[in-house]
Amino acid sequence: MDKSGEAYWKATLGLLTKILAIWFLVSFGAGILFADILNNIHLGGYPLGFWFAQQGSIYVFVALIFVYAKKMGEIDRKFDVHED
Amino acid sequence: MELQSTIYLVVGLSFALYLGIAFWARAGSTSEFYVAGGGVGPRVNGMATAADWMSAASFISMAGLISNMGYGGGLFLMGWTGGYVLLALLLAPYLRKFGKFTVPQFIGDRYYSKSASTVAVLCLLTASLTYVIGQMTGVGVAFSRFLGVSSETGVYVGMGIVFVYAVMGGMKGITYTQVAQYWVLIFAYTVPAIFISLQLTGNPIPQLGLGSNLAGSDISLLQKLDTIVVDLGFGQYTTSTAGSTLNMFVYTLSLMIGTAGLPHVIMRFFTVPTVAAARSSAGWALVFIAILYTTAPAVGAMAKMNLLRTMTPGVVMQNADPYAHDSQIKYEERPDWMARWEKTGLLKFEDKNGDGRIQYYNDSTKNTAVIAKAEAAGWKGNELTVNPDIIVLANPEIALLPNWVIALVAAGGLAAALSTAAGLLLAISSAISHDLIKGVFNPNISEKNELVAGKIAMACSIVVAGYLGLNPPGFAAGTVALAFGIAASSLFPAIMMGIFSKKMNKEGAIAGMLAGLSITLFYVFAHKGIFFIKGTDFVNMIGGPNSFFGITPEAFGAVGALVNFAVAFLVDKFTPEPPEHIQHLVESVRTPRGAKAVDGAH
Repeated sequence: MDKSGEAYWKATLGLLTKILAIWFLVSFGAGILFADILNNIHLGGYPLGFWFAQQGSIYVFVALIFVYAKKMGEIDRKFDVHED
Repeated sequence: MELQSTIYLVVGLSFALYLGIAFWARAGSTSEFYVAGGGVGPRVNGMATAADWMSAASFISMAGLISNMGYGGGLFLMGWTGGYVLLALLLAPYLRKFGKFTVPQFIGDRYYSKSASTVAVLCLLTASLTYVIGQMTGVGVAFSRFLGVSSETGVYVGMGIVFVYAVMGGMKGITYTQVAQYWVLIFAYTVPAIFISLQLTGNPIPQLGLGSNLAGSDISLLQKLDTIVVDLGFGQYTTSTAGSTLNMFVYTLSLMIGTAGLPHVIMRFFTVPTVAAARSSAGWALVFIAILYTTAPAVGAMAKMNLLRTMTPGVVMQNADPYAHDSQIKYEERPDWMARWEKTGLLKFEDKNGDGRIQYYNDSTKNTAVIAKAEAAGWKGNELTVNPDIIVLANPEIALLPNWVIALVAAGGLAAALSTAAGLLLAISSAISHDLIKGVFNPNISEKNELVAGKIAMACSIVVAGYLGLNPPGFAAGTVALAFGIAASSLFPAIMMGIFSKKMNKEGAIAGMLAGLSITLFYVFAHKGIFFIKGTDFVNMIGGPNSFFGITPEAFGAVGALVNFAVAFLVDKFTPEPPEHIQHLVESVRTPRGAKAVDGAH
């Protein structure tokens, strides 16, 4: 793989790491490991940990995929490997 | 109109729609048969993926499970949606760039080995077949309950419908029928939820209603629910976990990895025109899935609330004591829907203390205050058992909604089961016709003959699935665990390492797949019997149930995946590097430029 190819792959992995960190934090973190502590805070009638496990994490997942698709498009163009 | 004729009308209309679409979208080439010609836009593909993904289990069972489990039910919600993040980031765009018809074909080419692709075919067939049995049984159940025909007739009718549009249209027919089925099922799921949320909280949006106050009071629905269920000896709704925190963690992870590794979902991303479209299409799929998945917790909690309100009317709306003599309803005065569901045997009442009233509480609680109160009130044990599967189906009746809503739910349940069955059958038939017949036995087969072979394989799969649906091997509960366990422990790691490690070789990948698969099967079979045959379980040999850190067999897929990764890297260390051209193949898979139309060339 040439230099630019390596840099492209590094940029891709960097983005994946960031997105997966948030993915982990909202589901396994807020929804499971820290749910008890977060339950002391309320979001309307929802205890916050319960909200993350049954609502919040799903909304964040959706947002994460669209952010990923957009950022990946930018990386593709920056390294000139985009389609068309 | 009478309830039964309304149901016939609505279900009949939905079937006419599917058949019409099937006729319009006939497949004339292998490309149309396997990948719908490769020209499906990201939003349409997302919608079809959502219908493909949301099965009878999501539509019928999930809210009932959440209703029973409370907070712990969140593992299904997070697990079955979080997997799409993994799919979008780690697999879908790269497999689309690779540009072939099937998942085993990627594994075979990447690991330059027919054995690797054959192992993948084996995993795919086992995972998809076990999954499809559940769908066919679901079709039979939905038919028998709503249309008043026998469960057998239901399966035959379901087979006939799937046969017409899957065999005629292949992926093309399936894709466009799934779009229609998505609308039917999402409408059927959300309409009753909106009505019920409005009744209970005055807020029409169920996702907000669940976090609102009960109508006409200043106490939140969840808080009230917590108070009542704890008073009746159940675990607190908003905090009770599924087993230990570790088990919930691993269970969630297993469902996520399994979701990303299920072939019938992955292959939907071969139908989009570009790599960029594969990325955004995963996002659209999750949007359409999230509409149902964020509604489900409201359906579950509100159904529990409505059930308690039916059993003990004064307790929910006023603050009556559930143990007071006249708090529980008399069996004679129970609503009609209870009588209707009693006939199915899924709802049972047994008057243990002979007072003619229904006592619904957790009689195996350890809470001494509850035990004392129940004894003082003369209760002799819980008298009502409710199968969680009826929660969604009976929900509109419990909330006393009009007949057309009940009919819609019937059509929705059938749409969910049929759309998933069709997607699975396509995965099965393409593995047989493309990976086995063309890939291994007869590489020179002409395109026309391969298309015929594909259609014959599809027809045979439908017959086999129907047969197994009629004579389920008696392991309905174990099958889904097995499908996810296999996808998580064998397919997902092999595909991921194929993309993210240039040096992973065929020895490592095959050893990893076999190790992950065997350890998962070993743990599942230890609990549920060898190939689910009763009496062959050997759970005591491995130190009792859930002996591996308290992890249940359903949650074991993540451990299997870890074993797969570890064994693969170990074997890879001591065996030769993959050839130069494979490393170039990996590089080309990683960059989007040059993505061409998907084709089947081996």
